Amino acid sequence: MKKIYLDHAATTPTDSKVTKEMEKYTSKVYGNPGSLHSAGREAKSAIFKARKTIANILNCRPEEIIFTGSGTESDNLAVFGVARANKNFGNHVICSAIEHHAVLFSCEQLEKEGFKITFSKVNNDGILALDYFKKAINDSTILVSVMYVNNEIGTIQPIEKITEIIKQVREDRTKRAIKTPIYFHTDACQAAGYLDLDVQKLGVDLLTINGSKIYGPKGTGILYIRTGVKIDPIIFGGGQESGKRSGTENIAGIVGIAKALEIASKKRKKESQRESKLRDYFIKELFKSISKMVLNGHPIKRLPNNVNISILDIEGEAMLLWLDKYGIYVSTGSACDSQSLDPSHVIIALGRPYEYANGNLRFTLGRSTTKKDIDYVLKVLPKIVRELRRISPVRVKIDAKEISTPEAFVGTPDFIKKNKI
Amino acid sequence: MKTKNSNLKVTDVVSNYTGEGWVYSNIVKKHFFHPYNFLLKDPKPDEFDARGQVGSPQCGDVMKMWIKVDPKTKKIKKLKWRTFGCASAIAATSMFSVMATEKGGMKVEEALKIRPQDIMERLGGLPARKVHCSVLCDKAFQQAANNYFRTTSQFKKIITEGSKVVDKRLNITERDIEQSVLEGAKTLVDVQKKLKVGVGDPKAIPEIEQLIRFYLEKYYG
Repeated sequence: MKKIYLDHAATTPTDSKVTKEMEKYTSKVYGNPGSLHSAGREAKSAIFKARKTIANILNCRPEEIIFTGSGTESDNLAVFGVARANKNFGNHVICSAIEHHAVLFSCEQLEKEGFKITFSKVNNDGILALDYFKKAINDSTILVSVMYVNNEIGTIQPIEKITEIIKQVREDRTKRAIKTPIYFHTDACQAAGYLDLDVQKLGVDLLTINGSKIYGPKGTGILYIRTGVKIDPIIFGGGQESGKRSGTENIAGIVGIAKALEIASKKRKKESQRESKLRDYFIKELFKSISKMVLNGHPIKRLPNNVNISILDIEGEAMLLWLDKYGIYVSTGSACDSQSLDPSHVIIALGRPYEYANGNLRFTLGRSTTKKDIDYVLKVLPKIVRELRRISPVRVKIDAKEISTPEAFVGTPDFIKKNKI
Repeated sequence: MKTKNSNLKVTDVVSNYTGEGWVYSNIVKKHFFHPYNFLLKDPKPDEFDARGQVGSPQCGDVMKMWIKVDPKTKKIKKLKWRTFGCASAIAATSMFSVMATEKGGMKVEEALKIRPQDIMERLGGLPARKVHCSVLCDKAFQQAANNYFRTTSQFKKIITEGSKVVDKRLNITERDIEQSVLEGAKTLVDVQKKLKVGVGDPKAIPEIEQLIRFYLEKYYG
């Protein structure tokens, strides 16, 4: 059976050029980069080269690049590292309400450690509500973490505008002789393959990249840390990565992620254009063939590969498994598909009742996706929707703000209330 | 925002019963892709004797069930359902409908004894976090059974556990009032119509009216 992988936001296949580059470092070059002998030096020079490659792409200094074990680890290091190192200055951290769990749960953990957290609202299209965000900043705010692109709905955040606001805060603090620093971290895991990563232009202080989202190896991550940012490590040991991330370096992984980023930055423009076209075609045709459907996220300020929809009255996991049967691989924000049975916090944050999250499907295109693949999905999906709607008892109103069948939840008023907006 | 899953382990992708690697057993798959007894067309006015509806507070699945009972044998002749839910909710309801109607059908009282474990056993197991999906269909059936007992004036058989009884003669509970209000009842007459009863215990009326006001305020106030 034909297999159509439309889950590139979950992870991408590893590029064969990346695998080839890594091969040497999984067998022939085995030295510990910390060793002084030739074997060690050979490994060290590979890391040095990789760091330089990445620094060129990010337009920063090589020593500002830290290699980690995943995007999650980079996010954790950024959030915990900056918050803990600067807690004498202030205890307030702001992140957007739709952050990836790697940031969200880290912030919740900080809350338990005595920090104050503001989960900044987003608008209906998933873009950070800048007025709300601006008001949330106070003199004890030490860290802001807003993702470059949301992993579920693909909405691109106005990073440069946020930087501008933070600049003003800094100037204002300087004027008032307040020494509290404020740092800006962005999770660029989804953005890395498609958008400009020039940290000078973006103006961010910390930036996370994940190897496995850019056709690189899994278990690899990068954290850009601007010189001067006060940060504590979260992993202690041999003092690798200038003391910021101990542990013997994953040389093959580091070489791999550098190669992957290099390829991505070369392909960026062309591939973005190609996938944007496919994406727009896909969305247009979906609306033609499926009724009672909404597009989640911003229609234009959106990653070229992201199509996130809610198909009302039916449930995402059921759709996902039907699509799987036809060889189409996607993901859903439905509660039924999550470990915790919680619906997607991102879709809920857009001001929708839970049925929108439960009826949610995310298609994320990639380098191998063709128009033929999309046409196949367009042929299969409407049939599945028709089948599942036949056995569904709910009739959700389009643009609903409340849940459709409160009477089914008698005796569990929390559920009814929780979903009222 | 609810974010309590950070500590949960990913251990339940293997079936409890068969150890299969896929999340769902082959029987679950079969009942999901080709469900039995779901209601195709909206029911005609007297096509069924009773109906029940329930939602899962864990994940938001919603289930509706309709039953037709043979007036002579008291056995379930027809049991139809609709589900807004995932694969396991669909499969569990499908299996429940088979169990209640196979071999000439069960009596309502018998079918009330079907436990979630029984459904899961017939399904060849469900992943641990999906167990509540099968708990949903027996709950929906209990609602339908209560509805049936009420319309056939078998008030004593109504199951009232977990909710305070406000009218002892007709076994009307606070839950019934709450449900009526959520279904759109705004007055005592509306509630009586929804519950398909006359005035049972006149002494209960003030309390029922108070409850209606309370729930109206709670949900629409």
